[in-house]
Parts: sequence; C-alpha cells; structure tokens
Amino acid sequence: MQSVIRADSVPESCFHCGLPVPASGAPRFELDGATRVFCCPGCEAVSRFIHGAGLDDFYELRSAKSERPDDPAVRDTLRLYDEPLMQSRFVTAPAEGRCEADLIVEGMTCAACAWLVEHAMARVPGVESAHVNFSTGRARVRWRAGEARASEVFSAALDCGCRAWPFEAGRLELVREGERKAMLRRFLVAALGMMQVMMYAVPTYIAREGEITPDEASLMRWAGLVLTTPVIAYSAAPFFRNAWNELRAGRLGVDLPVSLGLAAAFAASLAATLSGTGAVYFDSVTMFVFFVTGARYLERRGLERAGRSLQRMAALVPASARRLREFPGDEADLVAAAELRAGDRVLVRAGETVPADGVLASPGATVSEALLSGESRPIARRPGERVVGGSINAGDAFIMRVTQVGADTVLSTLRRMMERAIAARAPSVELARRASGFFVVFILAAAAAAALAWSMIDASRALWVAVSVLIVTCPCALSLATPVAMSTALGALARRNVVVARAGAIASLAGASEFVFDKTGTLTEGRMKLQRVVEVGRVPASYCLAIAAAMGRESPHPVDRAIGEAMPRDALPEVSWRVRHAGLGIEAEVDGRRLRLGNAEFCRYLAQSEPPPIAEADGSVTWLASTEGWIAALRIGDRVRPEAREAVRSLQAAGIKVHLLSGDDSAVVAMVARGLGIDEAHGAATPARKQAYVQSLQLRGAKVAMVGDGINDAPVLAQADVSVAMGGGADLAKVRADAVLVSDDLGDLAGAIALSRKARAVMHENLAWAVAYNVLVLPLAFTGHVTPLAAAIAMSASSLVVVANALRIR
Amino acid sequence: MDILFLLIPLSLVLAFAIGAAVWFAVEAGQFDDLEGPAVSVIADDDDPPGPPR
Repeated sequence: MQSVIRADSVPESCFHCGLPVPASGAPRFELDGATRVFCCPGCEAVSRFIHGAGLDDFYELRSAKSERPDDPAVRDTLRLYDEPLMQSRFVTAPAEGRCEADLIVEGMTCAACAWLVEHAMARVPGVESAHVNFSTGRARVRWRAGEARASEVFSAALDCGCRAWPFEAGRLELVREGERKAMLRRFLVAALGMMQVMMYAVPTYIAREGEITPDEASLMRWAGLVLTTPVIAYSAAPFFRNAWNELRAGRLGVDLPVSLGLAAAFAASLAATLSGTGAVYFDSVTMFVFFVTGARYLERRGLERAGRSLQRMAALVPASARRLREFPGDEADLVAAAELRAGDRVLVRAGETVPADGVLASPGATVSEALLSGESRPIARRPGERVVGGSINAGDAFIMRVTQVGADTVLSTLRRMMERAIAARAPSVELARRASGFFVVFILAAAAAAALAWSMIDASRALWVAVSVLIVTCPCALSLATPVAMSTALGALARRNVVVARAGAIASLAGASEFVFDKTGTLTEGRMKLQRVVEVGRVPASYCLAIAAAMGRESPHPVDRAIGEAMPRDALPEVSWRVRHAGLGIEAEVDGRRLRLGNAEFCRYLAQSEPPPIAEADGSVTWLASTEGWIAALRIGDRVRPEAREAVRSLQAAGIKVHLLSGDDSAVVAMVARGLGIDEAHGAATPARKQAYVQSLQLRGAKVAMVGDGINDAPVLAQADVSVAMGGGADLAKVRADAVLVSDDLGDLAGAIALSRKARAVMHENLAWAVAYNVLVLPLAFTGHVTPLAAAIAMSASSLVVVANALRIR
Repeated sequence: MDILFLLIPLSLVLAFAIGAAVWFAVEAGQFDDLEGPAVSVIADDDDPPGPPR
C-alpha cells in the first residue's frame, strides 16, 4: 500500500476528494506508518470503508479525485427504499425469489469509482450480482429476496462516497436504448461488409491484364454481392425508409439523393453480376454505408450525452410521498407521488426528496435545491415559503402543503421547456432545412444532366459519374450544420444552469448588444435582509439584534422576519409581554426593560429624545429604543446579489452595454447602478415605460436582451429581442421568457453569453464549410474526377467535420 | 489459382460467422460500457465477492 500513499502525498489536499484540508483539526487516518489527511469526516469515513473492505486498489486505479461525499445523515432515510410501495416502482423480479433494480449512481468521477461501487454492492450479503456502467452512470443489481435489502445496496454506494437513486426506466428510455443498439448493429454489419468486400475488390484494381481469369472475376463479384446485400438491406434500410417517408410527406430530404445513389449503384452492380458484363460498385456501396452509419452513430452518442442532464432531472423526483391522514397530526400513509393532490399535507423526513411543489407548513426547514440550481448549500425556509419538488430535506423532518403536482411543478415545467426548445426548430435550422430541400432538387438535376452528358461522351462511365454526383454532393453536412450545433449548445447551456425555452434564443443571446436588467429580484435578491446593526447606546450590537429578534418573533412583517432570520431562534432572550402597534412597530418588555421596535416617530415617545444621526443608506431603518434612550438602528434592505458586480463587468467586457430599469424609487436605483458600475439607470418606470424604453433602444438598431423576474415584466420581456427570467423566485409555469436562469446566479449569465456566441460561431463555420464543400466537389464529380468510392469518403468526412465541430461547444 | 474457389466461399462463411458473433455481442451489452471494464480487469482482486474481510 506504500505506493498508494506516495501517489497522493501532496500536502494540504484531502486524500480522498482533493479539496483543501482545514488548517487544524483535519481528520487523519494512520496506515502502515503513513498518514492520510482528509478535509471532512465524510471523506475519512469513505476512505476507512474502502480500506476496511480491502478495496485500496481504488486509489491506484482512479484517474480523477473523488467527489466529496454527501452528509452521512442521508443514510437514515434509505430505509424508505425497503417499503413495498416504493419497491414496486423500481424493483423487478426476474426469477423466483430474486429482486433486480436499476439505479442511478451519482458522484462517480472516473471508471475506478464504478469499479469501487460495483464491488461494494457485490459484497452486500445476499447480492448475487452488481454491474455498474460508468458511461451512463447506471447500475443494475440483483439480490436474493429476503437475504438482502434494497437499502443495504443504496447504503453500499454511500459507503464509497457516491449516492444511488432508483432509476425508473420510462418507455421512451427503453425505446432509445433499443434504437442505439440497432444503430450500433447496423454500423458493425456495414463495417464487416465493407472490409470483406474490399478484399474482393482490391485484386481487380491492382491485377494486370489476364492475371484474373473470367471465372475468378465472376466468383469475386458474386461474393461481393452476397456480402453487400445485407449491408444494403439491413444497414442502409433507414436511408430508404427516411427518403420514402419524406417523399410521401411531400418533402425532398437529404436521404433521397443518398438512397438514389445507393440504389442506382447497387442495381447496376447487381445487373453486371447477373449478366457477367459491366462494372461493379459493391466496394463503394459498402464503404458509403459504413461511413454514413458510423457518422450517425457518433452524432447520436454526442446528442445523448448532451441530453443526459435532462434525463436525470426526471429520475430524481421521488415516486412516493408520506401523506398525512389529517392535519394537524403526524400519522402518515406512504402513497404514490402521482396520487398527491393540491392541498394535501405531506411529511418529508430528513434526507428525503420533496415529492411535489408546495409551501412549508412547519415552523422551519432546511432544504437543498442542488438539483435545480447546482447550489448544494442548504437554504433555510420559513412557514409559508416555497418548497420545490426535487429538492432534498437537509434538516429536520417537516410538513408541507402541496400546491402543485405532476406537470405543474417547477421541475416538470423546466423539462417541458427544454424538450420544447429541442423539438421546435429555430428559424436558422428551418432555413437550412429548406435550403437543403432546394439543393436536393439541384443535385437530382445535376446527376441527370451528368448522366445525359456522359452517355454521349463515354457511355460506359455515365452511371458511374451520376452516382458520384449524387453521393458526393449530398447536403448532409448542410442539413446537419445548424441542428447539431443547436442541440449541443442547448445541452451545454443547461449544464450552466440556463434552460432555453426557444431554440432561436441562442442566436439572439449571441447577438444581443444591450442588456436591460430589472432591479428587484434580478440584480438584488428580492427579499428583505438585515444589512447592518448600528449601536447607538451602550448595548453591544449582537445583543441589540437578539432583543429585536425576540420582540419581532412570530410577527409576519417582512422587517421582523428579516431581523429574525439573522439570529438563531434558540438564543433569544425572554419576552415578558408584547403589544403590536399596526403600522408603527412593537412594544415589549425584555429583561425587565420596556422597549420599542419600529420607526423613529414611534420610538421617540419612549426614548424622549431625537434619534441620533446615522449615515443615510439604501433601504429602511428600524429603531430600537428603551425608556433610557436610543439603543440601536437596524438597517434592512434588499441586498444586491454578491455576484452582480462581477457579472455586469464581464458583460461590459464582452462589449455589451448594460442598462438598469426599475419601478423602484429613482434615488435607490441610481445608487444600486453606481455600485454595480452601470451608467444607464432609470427608476420609477412603469411596465409601459419599460416597454417604450426597450422599443426606443431597438429603434436605434440595438438588439436588446431583457433580464427580469419573468412575471411582472411580461410586456417588456416580450418586447425585447431575447428575454431571460430568473428561475429562483417565481412560479416557473407562468414565466414567459426565452430562457430561464435556474440557479439565480448572474455569473452563469455571462457564461451563457460566451457559450451562445461560440455556438453561433460554430454554426457559421459549419454552414460555410458545408457550402464550400459542395461548391468545390460538384464540378469535380461532374467532370468525372471523383470515383464513387472517393465520393463516399468525402461526403461522410464532410458530415463528420460538421458534427465534430459542433461537439466543441461545451 | 483453383484454391480461390474454396477460399472465397470460405471467407464468406467466416464473414457471416463474425457478423453473428458481433450481433450477439451487441445484444449481450458488450458495447454498453467501454470504460469501466478496462479498469476492473487490472484490479488486483481475485477473491470472489463476499462479506467484507
């Protein structure tokens, strides 16, 4: 094991996950005289488990550092997977007394992790087999019913620092899996055919006159025919089917010239073989099918990788929920999540996943919305606040009231938006499609003309040239140029927390010259927060805050809630009595002193003096005073997002002009704009004025992108060339925007701009390449300089160039 | 070159045999994961799965 220690002996980084180790008190693990240092007890526990199970090889095999394990508290919740109702969703019985389940495994960073998880699962007593697929992030486990439990299998993954989820294969998923396998089979059949047909073809190319007897030549032709037939009938079948379907729908697709070329070459070769005279093109035919099926398989894999984040999103919503029999009460039934209705009360235990959207009914909760926003830090929620389905309960058990289920939830909405964007064709894609339609007509005409011309010049080459023209000029690259780039860009943007609802939005984002931001909820966090406590008496600021929080406890007022949030609930002093004065503040007795919390006017009656001067600032000031005088000023306001300044700067660095447009007070707006380095700021803007403002920018020729909360800004969002909504604050189902910033992190916006610009550049490159290619090869093929074989290679290569270029968008 | 009349049909039979083998390999999921098995084969782990030692 010495080599293990050497390999990872870099100081100050965690032996397991590679994150920095805390300066003091880092967990350590002595082994064979060497020390492993860890960043957290979680990593230590995982590493101890790996060593204890004799799986230390993992550290030598892995090619990337592991992920930091989740909070071990999750483990207690795994028992849920043993419940029969839950099991009925993902466990199948392939044989008598056997259970089998498909799982999603998260947190695997390299193939060695898959090996580790596989072994850890296989070692659970009662487990018969475990297979972990690193490429897809899935596992299939089979165990003997009664000897092992599902929770133990999930627990084994947790031991390795990964997290497993049940995978419920949808019907669509199974169909896709089958399609992918069929594509691979077609490709491999074509590859085999191509190789062997070449064996028969090459001798006829290199043999001198008379070296091959007519009998031998005939034999090789027949052999070629036997091998080419399955390639045409099986591997190339989708081309013929697509061409036929498009023809029936009244369209001319790219598969039409391909099919015609293949059919013509094969028919001519067949006739030549049967009659024993004329040329055969079996080698060209198989080579062509080989290249095109290969290109399509690669393309398919690239797209699948792009769409995987979407799939995972769907799989993570739990299939079951604990519905309360009555509320208040704590007796809960486990029901299928699909049975939930709005208004149901649901119990969510620690570590469980929230089954639907709703509002919190318990006094408080901590949830992690990592799934939605990528931000894994838990967020505190207060009664009545929104809890999103798919987020994980990172604190104590809580009760929530369901408000949205099924298709109305945030998660489903996001998924639908993305699916729609992928399905809907952007204008540029539609244009390319129509252009290739015209191009197909042109190719057919050119091929016919070539056949006619050559039949007069040299009739023996007429077919050959026509086939070359058909194949080499196939506008596959042209028709692939934009869609491939578009779908990779959609996937890459989703990974950057930007979900695009309209495919054309990518081009618009890339072309935006001016960005108009709303203030509240966009550049600021959109909720009241305590910013500063200014002590004006002898009481220290922290105690001032504790007193104020105690007084305002239970109060629904946003200011009181902002104060309460800044203070842990268990550290509050005792309040003897409290009286709430509507619109003014709260009067109460704390520690034997009579106190007032509220506006200056209200507190002055108690303090019997003028309030001391404090520096003016954004937001409102709430005073705390006693009969002995003024105690403190609490400044409460809507905080500017910490990343806003950097985001604005990077937009400006990208040559974009940034505007701030808000319905708020002009002075406040101007101050926020100054702080963020925005020159153009307009306050007190009504929705109509906002719209007029954007319109005036557009009249000057600007391409305007509007960033808002997505609901109050609907008119101006519609007016802008492209609109982006913040995903965190709003009810997503109502959002009318071209794109949603799911993470609420403005930093992702700048990344999205860069990405969409790159995507646009790639689309242009692809189109330019495809057009240049066709312009170049058509005259060559027409004049008989391209053999059908070379045509097949050139055409496939040009398609692959386009796909490979698109996959650069990451 | 009479041998060709034996060898070429033989090569056809061989090609179809390989084709069938590939077909079953795809069906059996041999191409599902192209990264994981590369690691598991070099792992020094000859003992059969069982309870942790």
